Amino acid sequence: MTIALQYDTAHLIGAMVLLFGFQLLYQRRIKAVLSTFALQAGALSLAAAWQAYIQNAPHLYVTAAIALVFKAFFVPFALNWLVKRLGIHRSVETALGVGPTMLIGVVLVALSIMLVLPVTQGASALTRENLALAMSVVLLGLLMMITRHNAVTQVVGFMALENGLILAAVGVKGMPLVVEMSVAFSVLVAMILFGIFFFRIRERFDSLELHYLETVRGDRL
Amino acid sequence: MTAQALLAVAVLPFLTMLAMVLHRRENTPSLVHAACFAVSCILGLIGALAVLKGGADHVQLPVGLPWLKAHFRIDGFSGFFLVIINLGAAAASLFGMTYVRHLKHPARVAVAYPMFLAGMNMALMSDDAFSFLVSWEFMSASSWLMVLADHEEEENRKAAFTYLIMALFGTFCLLGAFGILAQAGGGYDFTSMRAAKLDGLQSSLVVLLGLLGAGSKAGLVPLHAWLPLAHPAAPSHVSALMSGVMTKVALYALARLLFDFGPTPAWWWGAIIMVLGGITAVVGILYALMQTDLKRLLAYSTVENVGVVLIGLGVALAFKGEGKTSYAALALAASLYHMLNHSVMKSLLFLGAGAVLASTGERNIEKLGGLIHRMPVTAAAFLVGAAAISALPPLNGFVSEWLILQSLFLGPKIPNWAMKFGSPVVAALLALSAALAAATFVRAFGMVFLGRARSVAAETAHEVSLSMRAVLVFLAGLCALLGIVPVTVTSQLSGVAQNLIKAQLSETIVQGWPWLAPISETRGSYSGTVLVASVVILILGTVAVIKGFGTRNIRRGPAWDCGHKEASPNFQYSASSFAQPLRRVYGATLFSAKEEVDMPMPNETRPALLTLRLIDPVWQGIYQPLANGVANLANRLNRLQTMTVRRHLLMMFLTLLLMLIVAALRRVVP
Repeated sequence: MTIALQYDTAHLIGAMVLLFGFQLLYQRRIKAVLSTFALQAGALSLAAAWQAYIQNAPHLYVTAAIALVFKAFFVPFALNWLVKRLGIHRSVETALGVGPTMLIGVVLVALSIMLVLPVTQGASALTRENLALAMSVVLLGLLMMITRHNAVTQVVGFMALENGLILAAVGVKGMPLVVEMSVAFSVLVAMILFGIFFFRIRERFDSLELHYLETVRGDRL
Repeated sequence: MTAQALLAVAVLPFLTMLAMVLHRRENTPSLVHAACFAVSCILGLIGALAVLKGGADHVQLPVGLPWLKAHFRIDGFSGFFLVIINLGAAAASLFGMTYVRHLKHPARVAVAYPMFLAGMNMALMSDDAFSFLVSWEFMSASSWLMVLADHEEEENRKAAFTYLIMALFGTFCLLGAFGILAQAGGGYDFTSMRAAKLDGLQSSLVVLLGLLGAGSKAGLVPLHAWLPLAHPAAPSHVSALMSGVMTKVALYALARLLFDFGPTPAWWWGAIIMVLGGITAVVGILYALMQTDLKRLLAYSTVENVGVVLIGLGVALAFKGEGKTSYAALALAASLYHMLNHSVMKSLLFLGAGAVLASTGERNIEKLGGLIHRMPVTAAAFLVGAAAISALPPLNGFVSEWLILQSLFLGPKIPNWAMKFGSPVVAALLALSAALAAATFVRAFGMVFLGRARSVAAETAHEVSLSMRAVLVFLAGLCALLGIVPVTVTSQLSGVAQNLIKAQLSETIVQGWPWLAPISETRGSYSGTVLVASVVILILGTVAVIKGFGTRNIRRGPAWDCGHKEASPNFQYSASSFAQPLRRVYGATLFSAKEEVDMPMPNETRPALLTLRLIDPVWQGIYQPLANGVANLANRLNRLQTMTVRRHLLMMFLTLLLMLIVAALRRVVP
């Protein structure tokens, strides 16, 4: 296999992750958001597997497996179950319209490319492109967290951000497995915490809207 | 030598721990003060050795910031300040040993006291900006704790708060000054700062920030407002340290910045500092004259003396900037001398005020009086201190102020008209402040110790403990000694000053023991030794003549009572009435002083009332608007604290974006 093919494929899969990141931004229904997130995690798992293949790094297969099992199946499934179980509102509440959010997303991608490409001069082309894509995914995840009201979408934004981190990690040669493992487990713990958190909010307020939380903070009493 | 000094300082934190662990034991505070006395004696001796030996001793400890480490160094200059600091500290510790028994919360003082000493000593020994600022903050924080020792009183809490803010402001300014020096010199250790090459603007900024930072600590007008609040609020022996000693640490920092680091600043900075010093001296002593609180009066007098020292430093800087280094060394030696003197006499006066406070519980001089009969030793010692600080020969205050005046008279030798005309004006300010100081201390001594007791507490006062009296007598003796043998002191001081200025005092100072002739024999010379000897001989001669030839019949009769039988003590001159003439001359403009007389009509039976109102323009003009501004800003920023979760995230996101953009731009536009 030629270097060019390796590079193009890695680039293609990375771009898929980014594309799903964009797709997360314009979903109107919670269920669609969760499905898109599952697709993104699947793409991430593919990216990890491809990197494992071309870098000859078998531990990356473990990363790919973790991403596939936990993030593509378990997390969306659990969140779906939570949404159904809690019977919460099924539509996404936006703080900023879809159009402007997409525009900002494009700007963010441009910014990360502008930043990463000059900064990483000297690294291999593969790593550079990969880093730029990963950073865009991270920024899009953050953007999602701040432009959506509902707690579930915030959790998904956080997980998408984390997907970006993994994407960056797998692209770099010699990243030890322990880093990815710890990131994956921290996400799992966060997921559990968020789950408990949802129950508690729901119990109190019959809603997952964050603005109910703002009135009970200690400093406002 | 530095290593031994550090070891001695290292004892002090253990004393703090001891004070904390044993805070219930009644004699722990005395024990801690006794141990502090021993440590200060050792450190003072090390400092004296450093002055005598000259040269520098550098020690590097593997603590602190990893790329910097902690550097310590004792040279002649810091050795001299170690002597000043530890002389005051030893006296205050010995005094404190029994004085703490009169305090309400001795344990609180005993915890912070050793750390205060450690902070001051470490600040003098530090040889890098990091250790210096940490020690400096230790000094501020621990003294702040002692100002708060009696925090049940609203007034003390206010004083401590003002002090804390000013201390933070000062440190912030010093941090800026060190930052500029470090950037130019390539490192935060003082060795690279000494070699720093600064351009005009940077050098000016360093002087400005240093003046603001060290000046706010020392009590430079108009940054002085916290000082007369905070110094008196602490227990008296701590007040003595803060006023007599801590201000010297600030002046040490300023002198290092001005004379040791980087190239010499332009001469006009010297002129500015000189004029500021003159204003500080006059304004400080005028404030002191108006006070009725004995300790606050002494604190304001500290402001005056800091002004006097600043005059000397300013003249030295101006001379150095114009290349007249031997004159610069003279002015610097004179201000070093005044720092030493002020530390001794202000410690003496504050400890004397502490003795009065301990035996009467009263700080208001309107309620004291007649203590000379009940506390003769304290009165005599206080009188010596008052005479010394009023610059009366043959005591020490006279010599150093005279030397500063002499160096001011050299000002016209600088070839520019600002200094030619400016230095005589500042000399006039200095002379005015000395005269006003005399009035202030005549008033203070007269109201406290002379006349008849104005309150029951003053009537039933009794002399303080032996160790407290011993300290007062020792300091009074030191005041006299430093004045009587000035040449011995100046020959050591000129060595210190020469090392710092890097010049020879060729044509100046000594014309041969015991004559002190700073410029030339014909221009002015002084000998405390000869003066004292002749005064003593004259007095002995007069006594001998009177005893030999006068009548031996002594008749004691009642004092004339001005025609009032059984006059009440209220008939005496009061402190306010004593200050009235000067208040009318200067106060009307400077303090917007207003007197209102409420005179009852002929057949009314109520008493007449005189109300006196003084407004401190510094508070109204500078501090109040500043405080309001800060409070306003804090209120606005407070909204950041109560933002929604999403807004918090948004702030983080925007910060991240901003930093990314900066990073991107720095790549594109190098």
